[in-house]
Amino acid sequence: MILDGKAPTGDIEEAWDKHRFSIKVVNPSNKRKFKVIVVGTGLAGASAAASMAEMGYQVQTFCYQDSPRRAHSIAAQGGINAAKNYQNDGDSIFRLFYDTVKGGDFRSRERNVYRLAQVSNSIIDQAVAQGVPFAREYSGLLGNRSFGGAQVSRTFYAAGQTGQQLLLGAYQALARQIGLKNVVHHNRTEMQDLILVDGQARGIVTRNLITGQIESHMADAVVLATGGYGNVYYLSTNAMGCNVTAGFQAYKRGAYFANPCYVQIHPTCIPVHGEFQSKLTLMSESLRNDGRVWVPRNKEDVEKPARDIAEADRYYYLEERYPAFGNLVPRDVAARNSKYVCDEGLGVGHKVNGERRAVYLDFAEAIKRDGEDAIREKYGNLFHMYSKITGENPYKVPMRIYPAVHYTMGGLWVDYNLMSNVPGLHVIGEANFSDHGANRLGASALMQGLADGYFVLPYTIGNFLWSERPKPLTNDCAEAQQAVADVKGRINTLMDIKGGKPVDYFHRQLGKVMYDKVGISRSGAGLKEALEQIPAIREEFWKNVSVPGKANSLNPALEKAGRVADFLEFAEVLAHDAHDRDESAGGHFREEHQTEEGEAKRNDEDFSYVAAWGYQGVGVKPELHKEPLSFDYVKLSQRSYK
Amino acid sequence: MNLTLKVWRQSTDSDGRFETYTAENVSAEASFLEMLDVVNDKLEGQGEEPIVFDHDCREGICGSCGFLVDGVAHGPETGTTICQTHMRKFNDGDSLTIEPWRASAFPVIKDLMVDRTAFDRIIESGGYVSVRTGAAPDAHTMPVNKHDADDAFNAATCIGCGACVAACPNAAAMLFTSAKVSHLGMLPQGQVERYERVSNMVDTMEEAGFGACSNHGECEAVCPKGVSLNYIARMNRDLAVAKLKGV
Repeated sequence: MILDGKAPTGDIEEAWDKHRFSIKVVNPSNKRKFKVIVVGTGLAGASAAASMAEMGYQVQTFCYQDSPRRAHSIAAQGGINAAKNYQNDGDSIFRLFYDTVKGGDFRSRERNVYRLAQVSNSIIDQAVAQGVPFAREYSGLLGNRSFGGAQVSRTFYAAGQTGQQLLLGAYQALARQIGLKNVVHHNRTEMQDLILVDGQARGIVTRNLITGQIESHMADAVVLATGGYGNVYYLSTNAMGCNVTAGFQAYKRGAYFANPCYVQIHPTCIPVHGEFQSKLTLMSESLRNDGRVWVPRNKEDVEKPARDIAEADRYYYLEERYPAFGNLVPRDVAARNSKYVCDEGLGVGHKVNGERRAVYLDFAEAIKRDGEDAIREKYGNLFHMYSKITGENPYKVPMRIYPAVHYTMGGLWVDYNLMSNVPGLHVIGEANFSDHGANRLGASALMQGLADGYFVLPYTIGNFLWSERPKPLTNDCAEAQQAVADVKGRINTLMDIKGGKPVDYFHRQLGKVMYDKVGISRSGAGLKEALEQIPAIREEFWKNVSVPGKANSLNPALEKAGRVADFLEFAEVLAHDAHDRDESAGGHFREEHQTEEGEAKRNDEDFSYVAAWGYQGVGVKPELHKEPLSFDYVKLSQRSYK
Repeated sequence: MNLTLKVWRQSTDSDGRFETYTAENVSAEASFLEMLDVVNDKLEGQGEEPIVFDHDCREGICGSCGFLVDGVAHGPETGTTICQTHMRKFNDGDSLTIEPWRASAFPVIKDLMVDRTAFDRIIESGGYVSVRTGAAPDAHTMPVNKHDADDAFNAATCIGCGACVAACPNAAAMLFTSAKVSHLGMLPQGQVERYERVSNMVDTMEEAGFGACSNHGECEAVCPKGVSLNYIARMNRDLAVAKLKGV
């Protein structure tokens, strides 16, 4: 099926304005008649819930954490982009739009991205008015920095804690609405299923994580703001609880999952130290401005202390392979090359599962050139973080780094109104697929989450509500009862397996296959192998997983088991998408498709579309629906970093 | 290394007790929570219930984790959450006592997990600037002195973990509440509601059952983000003004 994103036509500058005029508006006295469910309270969910409650809608919010303030948006370090042009360096809405489309390797919807750039400025205004303490200059005005290779300084930041400060701003706005009783919030409550009535998304089934109670909640529309699926790789920079369950259950109820193969892998993370590693920590890639990346030239040297390896025996592989950009090649290129040298057996550091997966990031030369104080001034907090985690002093010995899964560009398919193909089901933030294409630029995630939540969804959801005027339903309607029974059945099945292996055992196995075959670098043959290995792990899981405790009480093992069960099915969808997309684009690198310089080579003729997958059954290849992409304002071009 | 752990186990419907576990072959590179994961994996594999503790980001920023290790909130490493504390801080053969935050306003849910929703109620009662989405003027209409902006930021770095309450002999939430009162009270955007805010938030704090401050300073000593005691003094000044104004 050919999907229609329903993006408005006509002049791109006026499209959003005209669209807001043409869609239906719910008048103020009618807004209070509509109920909206928002799942997830990160940047997108909290901002959307607060904004809709301010408008008068009856809003219910849900999060699995003990407070909305803990969502993983809080961990974003770098900053948030906006086209304010406060630095007078020629930035504009069009430039931010252009950079974002190009950065996404021409796999996003132009008109969505233009709208994102348009509302970016309002986000900064809103955050400042809320009291978000962005970095300021001595003039008292806001500071900006250049981020992720942008040619202009458009990134607003609050030290290395921009995500925390923006989330607290949105959380405070939400808390105000909770205090005013305009929002009913549910902590420690996890969505388990989506309830459809007459083909429309009308409610959700939740599990109370403290009591284990399974409940249904009905509304006139459902909003998923449930984040990304990076934890399908087991080790990622995501929080431990991040999962795909809400989006995946919606997919099983008919929503399309778009572009799952677009995963961003960040090159500068602290490497795995042992088998029981639970997560990975990211360090700002600004480190590559002064650090030199290398591995030993000879396998015999990988166990030697770095300082004992002679200069001639060091392989500065990025500098040798990419003389023009050297250590500053883009994220994906740096990540891929780290993998290749470790594949060749040149990796350093701890041996985990029989292999060494780390490369050196060496500041010796920069320290010699600029002095230790200058380096401390620039990177002191990162060096401190590194030494806290590893126990090593990076001023004396080189850091060790390795790439890690960081952000997922794919997500549930949505149209220009941020509504999925299931009427009433809206998806915002990282959980949807819309604005980053095949690769997300630095400081764009916070921008998109808040754009969706503050300035897009609160308007567009009215179009659905007033066009449909859904009829009221009770929490015990037949469809809700059936969905509750389905969820209880699934949980009982998990509890009854009583096997001998903990949940994490299977999650680790899945992660290994995903990193090896569906990770930084992919090939048709490797993906085929993954498509055989994933179902085997899944089968073993359903035979041999151990979920102790009770279903009707607090049970972290059961929580994990439910999430991993969904990852084990979702991984296959991701691998199918990666196999089907027989080109390289952004974060999706197919070894068969590279330029002579080893760059990702797109095939615009055959693959300039959004791949939206429809559920066909467990272990059955999903059905592909395509949304063709056209580029009227940004000219298609090929990247080169030589 | 090998460790002996005395861990508080408690479910909602029972009195708690310490249980002893051994953590074997712990890597010095592992984080404290990864050490507990290993203990839990073993328990789960044996069909026993794992030790329950709150945790999420494991980067020291979400504020989910926290318990007492040998009586110290977030353990022995200063300025660090327990998720960012690594096992190299401990020695082979150590015996560690692990127990939840102890405060009547933070009832134990299970094992090391406590209910901190009182913190949310404090924020809901005034820890915000009442600005509707879309109602904001341009960000540059109101310059903010850099010193004030930086000081507001330092207060705003509070992660809401509750260590300050756990460490306080009075189980006071003064450091938490004053951090939010000060963050907003030091910025021009927060002036309009400044005195109602402090008055309402302190009322809610007291209703929730938190104690009063008697200047022990234990809160600042355990705060993983180094939030300063000065904010408490600042909040008390604002509260006095609010009382004088009859807010």
